[in-house]
Amino acid sequence: MAGLGSACLVVALLTAGYAAAASLYGARTHKRAWVVSGRRAIYCLAGLTVTATVVLQAAFLRSDFSFKLVAEGSSTDTPTFYKATAMWATQDGSLLLWALLLSVFSSVVLFLTRRSLREIAPYATAVLGVVTAFFLLLMVGWENPFTTLAVAPVEGAGLNPLLRHPAMMIHPPMLYTGYVGFAIPFAFAVGALVTRNTGADWIRATRRFALVAWTFLGTGILLGALWSYTELGWGGYWAWDPVENASLMPWLTGTAFLHSVMVQEKRGMLRVWNVCLIVATFVLALVGTFLVRSGILESIHAFGASTIGAQFLAFIALVLVGSTALVVWRLSDLRSEARLDSLLSREAFFLLNNLVLVALCLVIFWGTFFPLISDAVGAEASVGPPWFNRLVTPLALVLVLVMAIGPMVAWRRVTPAGLRRVVAIPAVVMLAVLVALVALTGAAESVTALIMFCLAALVLAVVGQELWRGASARRTMTGEAWPVALGRLFGRNRRRYGGYVVHAGIVVLFLGVAGSSAFAEQTDSRLSPGDTLRTGGYTVTYERATARLGGDGAGTGAPISFGAVLRLRDDDGHEQVLHPARNFYPTRDASKGAIGRYFEGEATSEVDVRWGLTRDFWTAVRPDVSALDGPIREANAKFADAGDEVQAVVIAAIAERYRSQPPPATFRTIVSPLVSWIWIGGGIFLLGALIAAWPSPEARVRRVRSLYKARLGKELSGA
Amino acid sequence: MDPSRKRRLRLVLALSVAVLLAGALVYTSFSASTRASTPSDVVTSAEPGRSYELTGKVVDGSVDREGERLRFEIRDRDGTTSVPVAYEGVIPDPFREGREVIVEGELERGTFVAERDSLVTKCPSKFTKDEEST
Repeated sequence: MAGLGSACLVVALLTAGYAAAASLYGARTHKRAWVVSGRRAIYCLAGLTVTATVVLQAAFLRSDFSFKLVAEGSSTDTPTFYKATAMWATQDGSLLLWALLLSVFSSVVLFLTRRSLREIAPYATAVLGVVTAFFLLLMVGWENPFTTLAVAPVEGAGLNPLLRHPAMMIHPPMLYTGYVGFAIPFAFAVGALVTRNTGADWIRATRRFALVAWTFLGTGILLGALWSYTELGWGGYWAWDPVENASLMPWLTGTAFLHSVMVQEKRGMLRVWNVCLIVATFVLALVGTFLVRSGILESIHAFGASTIGAQFLAFIALVLVGSTALVVWRLSDLRSEARLDSLLSREAFFLLNNLVLVALCLVIFWGTFFPLISDAVGAEASVGPPWFNRLVTPLALVLVLVMAIGPMVAWRRVTPAGLRRVVAIPAVVMLAVLVALVALTGAAESVTALIMFCLAALVLAVVGQELWRGASARRTMTGEAWPVALGRLFGRNRRRYGGYVVHAGIVVLFLGVAGSSAFAEQTDSRLSPGDTLRTGGYTVTYERATARLGGDGAGTGAPISFGAVLRLRDDDGHEQVLHPARNFYPTRDASKGAIGRYFEGEATSEVDVRWGLTRDFWTAVRPDVSALDGPIREANAKFADAGDEVQAVVIAAIAERYRSQPPPATFRTIVSPLVSWIWIGGGIFLLGALIAAWPSPEARVRRVRSLYKARLGKELSGA
Repeated sequence: MDPSRKRRLRLVLALSVAVLLAGALVYTSFSASTRASTPSDVVTSAEPGRSYELTGKVVDGSVDREGERLRFEIRDRDGTTSVPVAYEGVIPDPFREGREVIVEGELERGTFVAERDSLVTKCPSKFTKDEEST
């Protein structure tokens, strides 16, 4: 089977090269047949990568340890769900995932544009072919996922326990879908530049792909944050880790792109800017993949040194230099059709929003690569989360302010009277919220949080007002009932109103970020059973220790799980019980002893969170296993050669000893206000993005009409 | 003001804001950064009162836990020079002897006193390779 997989990759590499060459040749010589052949080669490419993925996936599911990848990343006792998703936990597997997603997306977009964009599409095909070929070349040349072992081991190493979390298994494909998706508008932008079709056609053809890619990337980032919050045992959701930053940067430039393309569609402005943004976004997506896989920056994600860093760097340089040269070469074709009429106009605010987003991206880029930058000018140094927070917070506040004002101002220019009319109600709402927060809550303790809460209220009021104005205008015109009017309003202009919903989601998310980063209360304490601690209006009592064998509740396949029963009582007297635990995964290192290896391997925190709309109670436990060192050492000596069943009995005895005579354990508790709103905001964001990306009925009608026209034309010419 | 002068003024204004922001970026990053160093750097040339980010491998058999306090030694990635570390706070899940760790703190009388909760463990390079080598 491995042979089939390898063969697929080699043939796919040749096919990708052929697709690029054929479509280029066809475009240069105006031979349609070659262009069509190049496009079909991309469909074929998708078929080949799907086959290769199926072969690899089947090997994981069958636990075929003759595959090196399967032996390293899976085992027979890995739960099936994690077997199916272990592929992208490995470097080679994630390269295959990139190639798979890219070839499938390319096929879809080329299929949809097969009757339009005759000039641009062949060049886009060539670009997509080259990018896919690069990833295939990496696999064929250096990191073949189908490498086999001469002697298949009886058992695999198993999936890294830290990755055994549902969010973690969906997070990488989501990020990759986002990264890969941006390749599509990039490819068409290149095509537009080469053929001097620098109008808005390439944007219209690919904007839905950009939107979908952006949605996936955003959702992926949020899932990563959720994983960090519930699995890593430190209780935070964002650490300004290089790899987190790497995923955020293309998302920020992508956000800027989605906004500024509207200016190009409407007014024919910002053409150079848009092309630069999509190039930057795609390059940053490549950088994101490169950072995860190369380990050049210290990061929790840095899975050691990689063999393909140099190749990646060369490819990124090629893309960057090539696109820059192309933009400079075509600068005269990218002139604006219009000029900015007024600073108080929709397009000016779009521009401002773009500048803030790009500034954010630059700050994050500088901070992320600071170790390399400082190394180049002197001693290697790095900046920590406080630095990021200090620079990013003011920019985020400005961004939310722009988000509030932007939708209120009209295209071209707005009169002061017109502005006053729309600003009045949201401003009153904001002031009311300010007064209420200062009078009724302790929010004024953090000025930043207070400003963020007020600006968020402003944005929500603006969104509400826009929906109300739109719906009431429909009502006066058509006499529809409120829900019908609102529904049709969304239906008529999905991108605009979906966008407003996204705005609402983002500010709700910011509410959660502001509340939890300004007002969280964290304790770390060592408790013995019976001990009590007070934190953030809660009384926490460590009631007793637990020891569980043969599988934890979350189904991660951990053989041993030590935990605690905590009784949580809030000031109103409500009681709850929490069960934080710690999973222990055996190591195969024989020097730790036959019994010791069960306790000395990887261990992960299984945190327990009481989710709440006003605040979360988060807790993790770290049992002190060193108290069991004596019995474990004794058991190592006595039962070194005992059978599995005897060893199981011994481990059960040790676990029982932990349960009945527990040593003090370390607990971390965090009372975090409003943190749930991050995930709720994420949900609203996703909903809004789906509304915006969903094909509108008009678009469908337009497509049917153009198809009909094309067929009619064909029949007429045939007659 | 005629439109072209107005535009030029805008451009100058925007550029100066950009330069100012870039200056702030560069200045704050250099002043707020912590210097990365290895155990041999710290042992030979640490200035007192300056914060360092120490990277190295945990020496086998050096880990000693007394309640909340963790004492261990860090050695150079490819060498034997080591420095004792005193640490308090949360120990990351993958912390083990022989693993590469990063910790922030200052050198005080020959011991590297770490900041609370500053310990970071790098993920084992590959889950299996690590097991074979330890």
